[in-house]
Amino acid sequence: MTAADITRGRPTGPDPYRVGHSSHGHSRAPGHGEGGPAPKRIVVAYGFWIFLLSDIVMFSAFFAAYAVLQGATAGGPTGAELFDLRITAIETACLLASSFTCGLASLSVEARKPLWFYAAMALTFVFGAAFILLEIREFIELVDKGAGPTRSAFLSAFFTLVGCHGLHVGAGLLWLLTMMAQIFAKGFRPDIVRRFMCFSLFWHALDIIWVALFTVVYLLGAGA
Amino acid sequence: MSGHEHDDYDSAPGDELRMEGDVASGFRSYVLGLGLATLLTVISFALPTTGLVWAPAVPIALVVFAIAQMGVHLVFFLHITTSPDNTNNVLALAFGVLIVFLVIGGSIWIMSHLAHNTMPMDEMMRMQR
Amino acid sequence: MLGKLNWDAVPWHEPIPMIASGTVALVILGVIAWVVLGGHLPYLWREWITSVDHKRIGVMYVLLACVMLLRGFADAVMMRSQHAVAFKAAGFLPPEHYNQIFSAHGTIMIFFGAMPFVIGLMNFVVPLQLGVRDVAFPTLNSVGFWLTATGALLVNISLVIGEFARTGWLPYPPLSETTYSPGVGVDYYLWAVQISGVGTLIGGVNIVTTILKMRAPGMGYLRMPMFCWTALASSLLIVAAFPILTATLAMLTLDRYLGFHFFTNEAGGNPMMFMNLIWAWGHPEVYILVLPAFGIFSEVISTFSSKPLFGYRSMVAATLFICIVSFTVWLHHFFTMGAGADVNAFFGIATSIIAVGTGVKVYNWLFTMYGGRIRFDTPMLWSLGFMVTFVIGGMTGVLLAVPPADFVLHNSMFLVAHFHNVIIGGVIFAAFAGLTYWFPKAFGFRLHEGWGKAAFWFTLAGFYLTFMPLYVAGLLGMTRRMQRYDFEPWHPWMIAAALGTVVIAAGVACQIIQLVVSIRQRDRLRDVTGDPWDGRSLEWATASPPPTFNFATLPNVSAEEPYWEIKQRAREQNKLRDEPEYEEIEMPRNSPTGFVCAFFATLMGFALIWQIWWLVGLGFVGAYVTFVVFAWRDVPEYIIPAHDVALLDRQNRSARKDALSTYAGPAE
Repeated sequence: MTAADITRGRPTGPDPYRVGHSSHGHSRAPGHGEGGPAPKRIVVAYGFWIFLLSDIVMFSAFFAAYAVLQGATAGGPTGAELFDLRITAIETACLLASSFTCGLASLSVEARKPLWFYAAMALTFVFGAAFILLEIREFIELVDKGAGPTRSAFLSAFFTLVGCHGLHVGAGLLWLLTMMAQIFAKGFRPDIVRRFMCFSLFWHALDIIWVALFTVVYLLGAGA
Repeated sequence: MSGHEHDDYDSAPGDELRMEGDVASGFRSYVLGLGLATLLTVISFALPTTGLVWAPAVPIALVVFAIAQMGVHLVFFLHITTSPDNTNNVLALAFGVLIVFLVIGGSIWIMSHLAHNTMPMDEMMRMQR
Repeated sequence: MLGKLNWDAVPWHEPIPMIASGTVALVILGVIAWVVLGGHLPYLWREWITSVDHKRIGVMYVLLACVMLLRGFADAVMMRSQHAVAFKAAGFLPPEHYNQIFSAHGTIMIFFGAMPFVIGLMNFVVPLQLGVRDVAFPTLNSVGFWLTATGALLVNISLVIGEFARTGWLPYPPLSETTYSPGVGVDYYLWAVQISGVGTLIGGVNIVTTILKMRAPGMGYLRMPMFCWTALASSLLIVAAFPILTATLAMLTLDRYLGFHFFTNEAGGNPMMFMNLIWAWGHPEVYILVLPAFGIFSEVISTFSSKPLFGYRSMVAATLFICIVSFTVWLHHFFTMGAGADVNAFFGIATSIIAVGTGVKVYNWLFTMYGGRIRFDTPMLWSLGFMVTFVIGGMTGVLLAVPPADFVLHNSMFLVAHFHNVIIGGVIFAAFAGLTYWFPKAFGFRLHEGWGKAAFWFTLAGFYLTFMPLYVAGLLGMTRRMQRYDFEPWHPWMIAAALGTVVIAAGVACQIIQLVVSIRQRDRLRDVTGDPWDGRSLEWATASPPPTFNFATLPNVSAEEPYWEIKQRAREQNKLRDEPEYEEIEMPRNSPTGFVCAFFATLMGFALIWQIWWLVGLGFVGAYVTFVVFAWRDVPEYIIPAHDVALLDRQNRSARKDALSTYAGPAE
């Protein structure tokens, strides 16, 4: 039994969930088939996975609204006139890089290397913050140009869709800092590691949504 | 940890299925993911300007590359694979994707028919001209 | 400082809301005084408010639902009596008040009556049926409940401070936009539903994870009781549908608060997009409610027919079929919007097809009863009432699914009669069946049979007397949501419906009396063994009420009806299985996180409604800090020593041993 086993929440010695039952005859995966309740690590990550899917469904409603209202510019500016793809490209690069550094943070958690962890998380924060700042700058410029969200249904949908993703990134940054503080205060305790796992799922999922976003909103919008 | 013990459990979403402590291979997987994602992103951004693809096909190509990149993210960053212990995770994902397509596709279909049917008379005239 | 809030927000000069809210306030103050002066506060705080036990949370959900069902029923009584007297007259409810009442009635009944009832039952029953000790996320479960309670509280606050929406239970734009609804009514609706929606989502995620990842050893998917399957399908629908509601209401909120143009008439906004999105949530919502109801009936019918459920696998298939197809029928709520024949035909056909799944289920229930030894206890009566009533409602539903018929009947009283027919006949009957069925499990004594039967017959008769006339009025052309009318032929039907409401009220009174009588006679009605109905699934394998940890040792499941199998073996061998080796058990510790979080959510919701921005910030920071404090705790669990486990389990074993020794073979 290695240290990694313990932190992974895998049963060590008598499993609290399977009291009174010897393990023979139940070789099938817990929670998957017939082996009894799954270990906490799997339960927590799976629950968070379900939550992420619901979050993605929420984005799909915003995407649907954007797709339907895209042409409703009410005589105002269109996407092709507004979008600056260079900014979008930099934002994309920031987010992709932060996804990568977040992956490095996961690896340093696996390897129990605190210094690497803080470095990777700090980089993730910097890239994420840069993304947010660029987005805020873009929004301010649009509003200054008279292309704010109240100008037309198209711009309402645009600001809401992109802004909702931005809010998620902002919440992610808050979570990231909380996570660093927790690891600092508590170390790589199993429950903290599970929480970090959820954070990394969240962060990677945001990047996936951004892929849909820059394609549908910016690339297709600028071309149309 | 032996491979047999691995089989005893489902994997959690985000779990990397590899030997314990093998950080190097994990690192390689992230680098590979980063490389592929970057490549696909660059292609997507370059596509409309280069003219390598027939212009009317660009939107479809963009969507295809976006889906491909999402797949790359899922496999290399979120570690969602097709292995049996991932069945539950993949099924949940499939359900989510189905709903996403129903909501977006259904909305676009319904609303475009509505727009067509309730088009103001003058606009219809203009289109016929 | 206080945003839009001032003294004029309280309707000082309107007697009905003032009397109503005065009464409610007095009752609440009375309860609080009783709790505080009687010294019950520490007990309440320790055992209920901060509890993360799924059973306690389930009971609190059901209690909230019962209170809100009463509130919604009061609205219903006012509407029916208004219609009885508002023929060529103004009636006693002015239009703006009547509009608030029908909006509040729908909102309360769906979001704060039916939903908490169903979620409460799922919370209570699912872990017990799966043979596990708790849900996947106990503390989040408590957060979810308290957020639902926050929503309910906000709706009730609107009675006293300000007003409620006048837009119907779904705030259709452009009516719900600031141009036409400048008051705070729609804002109350938006934030109440939004906050409770978060709670519901948490509950859904929790139950999905519990069912898919935490089951007793040997409990494969196809050995789960039917109720667990329907709870799974319903929770999957919650997870998939509620985010759409959140997004849609967020868009309307942005329109109202920041001048966006999603659904406005100006600047390219598209009100029809709201109908489209809200029903993409709204139709799955119907199945979120009714699928667990189907599950309850499956359990009840099988138990009281003393037979295994007929066609278990086809039942599972039908449930999953409904779960998926429910996402492809939403347009039938707005056939008349103008999307054209192609679209209408597709959704009309899909709607008719989804009825097939329900048909399969009805036949399965019938065949479960066929050849069984049926016991006509109260839960079984509700189930039989359901089967007749729901089939009628289903038939009118299929009728409405035909677009040409819908063009005639949409927005009429016929529609109102139809959805009450399926929701009362389906969900509410199931809720009462489930309440009577699982009450002994929750509290250790049965509900009084006589009063229960009286409640059933009054409710059933009252239901038909109320809603059959509404079908007729609808066919006579009466539209819904009218404050008054002057068309002679409708009047007698409205009077009949009002009389029906009186009969339902008698049913409600019987239920309240039943509860009081049962509590007073609890010693006579005591369930000693934990298996009062000769049950078949695992919740009956433990004591009533179950200990905190549910099962002293996790049951080993080796068949489709796990507890029935254990019981049969015990009966054949005339002895219980050997006493297990007891071990200590780890359980999650109580946490006030949910309650504190909901406190801040209430502040934040109220502040958002009245646009008191500093309070919004305070509420948000408070909620965040609450979570961080929770995340910082070091000891999330406590240990129940093996000795205590043994003590509790031996008590139950000895009761069961006595029952076994007096068992004289199956009753003829």
